[in-house]
Amino acid sequence: MEALDLARWQFGITTVYHFLFVPLTIGLGIFVAGLQTAWHRTGKEHYLTLTKFFGKLFLINFAMGVVTGIVQEFQFGMNWSEYSTFVGDVFGAPLAMEALLAFFLESTFLGLWIFGWDRLPKRVHLATIWAAAIGSNLSAYFILAANAWMKHPVGYVVEDGRARMTDIWAVLTNSTAIAQVPHVVGAAFVVAGGFVIAVSAYRILHERRAVPAVPVPDTSTTTPANAKASTGDPAMWRTSLRAALVMTAIAGAVVAGTGDMSAKLLHEQQPMKLASAEGLQHDESSAPFSPLPGVEIPYLLSFLATNDPNAVIQGTEDLQARFEKQFGPGDYRPNQAVVFWSFRVMVGFGLATIGLSVLGLWLTRRRRPLPTWFARICLLALPLPTLAMIAGWLLSEIGRQPWTVAGELLTAASVSPGVSLAEVAISLAVFTLLYGALAVGEAVLLIHYIKAGPEVPAAESQPGDDEAPVLQPTLMY
Amino acid sequence: MELTTVWFVLIAVLWTGYFVLEGFDFGVGLLAPVLARNEGERKQVLNTIGPVWDGNEVWLITAIGAMFAAFPAWYAGMLSRFYLPLVLLLVGLIIRGVGLEWRGKVRNAGERRLCDLGIGIGSALPAFLWGAIFADLLKDSAVAAVIGGLFSLALCLLHGAVFVSLKTTGRVRQAARRAALAASVVAVPVGVLALSSVPEGGTAFAWAGALVAMAAVAAAVALIWRRREGWAFAATATAIVLGTAALFDGLWPEPLTGLTVTEAASGPYTMQVLTWIGLIALPFVLAYQAWTYWVFRKRLTADVV
Repeated sequence: MEALDLARWQFGITTVYHFLFVPLTIGLGIFVAGLQTAWHRTGKEHYLTLTKFFGKLFLINFAMGVVTGIVQEFQFGMNWSEYSTFVGDVFGAPLAMEALLAFFLESTFLGLWIFGWDRLPKRVHLATIWAAAIGSNLSAYFILAANAWMKHPVGYVVEDGRARMTDIWAVLTNSTAIAQVPHVVGAAFVVAGGFVIAVSAYRILHERRAVPAVPVPDTSTTTPANAKASTGDPAMWRTSLRAALVMTAIAGAVVAGTGDMSAKLLHEQQPMKLASAEGLQHDESSAPFSPLPGVEIPYLLSFLATNDPNAVIQGTEDLQARFEKQFGPGDYRPNQAVVFWSFRVMVGFGLATIGLSVLGLWLTRRRRPLPTWFARICLLALPLPTLAMIAGWLLSEIGRQPWTVAGELLTAASVSPGVSLAEVAISLAVFTLLYGALAVGEAVLLIHYIKAGPEVPAAESQPGDDEAPVLQPTLMY
Repeated sequence: MELTTVWFVLIAVLWTGYFVLEGFDFGVGLLAPVLARNEGERKQVLNTIGPVWDGNEVWLITAIGAMFAAFPAWYAGMLSRFYLPLVLLLVGLIIRGVGLEWRGKVRNAGERRLCDLGIGIGSALPAFLWGAIFADLLKDSAVAAVIGGLFSLALCLLHGAVFVSLKTTGRVRQAARRAALAASVVAVPVGVLALSSVPEGGTAFAWAGALVAMAAVAAAVALIWRRREGWAFAATATAIVLGTAALFDGLWPEPLTGLTVTEAASGPYTMQVLTWIGLIALPFVLAYQAWTYWVFRKRLTADVV
C-alpha cells in the first residue's frame, strides 16, 4: 500500500460522491426555474407550490454539492502536487474561469433567490433563479473542458517539464469537451428528470392510497384542514411528472447522440479505453459488439466507432505492445473488468431510463391517468440514471489510466511527493466518514420532505414554530 | 508592471476579499450561540449572513483557482505542505456550509442543535487555521502559527460582532456590541504579538500596513464603544485589508521557501488570458455582490409581527 493508492481511492470516492449532488444541482435548478417561470406566466397557484416543493429539495441537495466541490478544488494541490505543477498553466485556467464566471453567479444569485421572495420584484426574483441555474450549467462546461484536456490534451507545449498553454480557444473547444459537455450535462438533466419523475410518482401513489397527509413535525400548529390541503391536487403531480418525462426524454436523446459521438472520438483519441470497454484484445477488422459476454453482434463495434462496419479496431494487447515501444516499459491497460462492466451499466441503465420516460409519455398521453403499476416502476427513475452516471465516470476516468494527462503524465508521477501514507490515510478516513454521515443526513431530509409533501404557504408564516417567532425575510428558510 | 506581479497582486486582492467577507461570516457563526438567547434570535443572527455567506465563500474558490492557474507550483506546494491543517479546514467549511443550509430544514430541535454545532466548529476551524497557515508561511515557526491563528480568530470575532451590531436591532444589537468590546480585549494584545510575524527585514510597506491595521483595530473598538457601528465595521474591514496586504507583501517574492514567484508562475500567454477574463468578469462580480448587500441592507429584527 502506497500513498499513491490511497490518494487514488480518495479522489475516486470524493469525486463520485461530489457527482451524486452535482447533476441534481444542474438539472433541478433549471427545472425549478422553469416551474417558477410557469407560475410567473400563468399565475396558477400549483406552479408556485411545485416551485417551493422542488426548490426545497434542490436546496437541501445544493448545499452538499457546494461543500464537496471545495474539497475537489483543494485536492489537486494536496494529493496531486506534481500533477498540479505540471498542468496548472493549462488546467488551472478553466478552473479559474469556472470560479469567476460561474460560481460567483450561482452562489450570489441563489442567496438572492432564497432570501429574496418578498424583497425583490417578482420578475427580478424570477431572474435570480435563472442566473443561479445558468451559473451551475456554465460551471459544468468549464470543469468538463478541464477534464477533457486530461484525456485529450490540446493547445499546449511541454517546456521544462511543465505544460504551457498556447491556445485557450483550442482548450475550450477541444473535440473531447464538445462531445463530453452535452453528454454529461444531458445526463445531469436525465438524473434530475428521473428524480422528479420518481418523486411525482411517489406523490401520486401516496394520494391514491388516500392516506391522510403526514404532518410536518416542525409546523406543529398545522391543522388537519391544512394537512389535507397540503397533499395538493393530483393534477399538480401530473404536471411535474409530465414535465419531467419530457425533460428526461429530450435530454436522454442528447445523451445517446453525444455518446455515439464520444465513441467515435474514443476510436481516434483513446483507443485503449474503447478496446477495454469492449474487452477487445487484438486488432480486429469488422469488430463485433457484445452487449453482454457471450452475445455478439457482428460488425457493430466497427460501425459504432467509425461508421464503417469493416474498419479495424485496435485491441488492448496490440495497443499495449505499441505503447511500450512509444513510452517505454509499463502496463498501459486500465482495469479491464471495471471499464468493461461500467460501460454496460452506463448504457444499460441510461437506456432504461430513457425508455421509461418515453413509455411514461405514451401511457399518460391525452389526459390518461398514470397507471399504478407504472407509477411503481417510475420510482426506479431515481436510482437508475444516477448509477448510470457513476458508471459513466468510472468508465471515463478509470479508462484513462495509467495516465492523468494522456501520453504526457502518468498517475504514478502525479502524486504529491511530500505527503505521507499516514496523512493520506487520515484524510481518506476523515472524508469518507464525514461524507457517509452527511449522505445519511441528506437522505433523511429528502425523504422527510418528499413524504411530507408541499406546505401550504399560509402555514409557514404561522407563529408557534419556535420559542420566539420571528419575522423572517423568506418563506423558503 | 509585468503580469506575474499583476497576478500576485490580484491573488492578494482575492484573498483580501475572502478574509473581509468571510471574516464576518466566521465571526457570526461563532457568536450565534453567545449572542442569541432563543431560536428567534439565533435566526436573527444567522440570517444577517444567510443570503451572502455562500457568495462570500466563492472568493476563496476564486483565490485558490487563480493560484492554481497563475502560480501552479505555489498552489501545489502550499496545499500539499499544509496537508493536515487543510483537511481540518475543509471539514470545517463542510460542516459549516451544511449546517447553515440545513438548519432551517431539519426536522426537530435536536437536529437543529447539531447544525448549530457544525456552524460553530466549522467557523472556528477556518478562522483559526487560515491565520495559522499564513503566519507559518511567513515565519516558518509553530509559535508564529499559533499567534497568527489566534489573531485571525479574534479579528473574525470582532469583525463578526461589529457586523451583527450593524445588521440587527433590539437586544441582539446590544449584545453584539458588548461581544465586540470583549473580543477586542483579546484581539488587541494578540494583534500586538502578531506584529512579530512581520519578517525580519520586512519592507516599510509591510510595517506600515501592519501598524495601521493595528491602529484600525483600536479605532474600531473606540467606534463601537461610541455606537458608531458603520464606521466600526469600516475600521475592522480596513484592518483586515491592511493586514492581508502586509501579509502578501511579506510573501513577495518568495511565497514558499525556496520558490520564487517567477519560478512558480504560468507562462505569459496564460497570464494574458487570465488577465482578460479577470478584467471582464470582476467588475460584474463586484457589482452584483454589492447589489446583494444593498437588497439586504435592512437591519433584521427578532420582533414578533
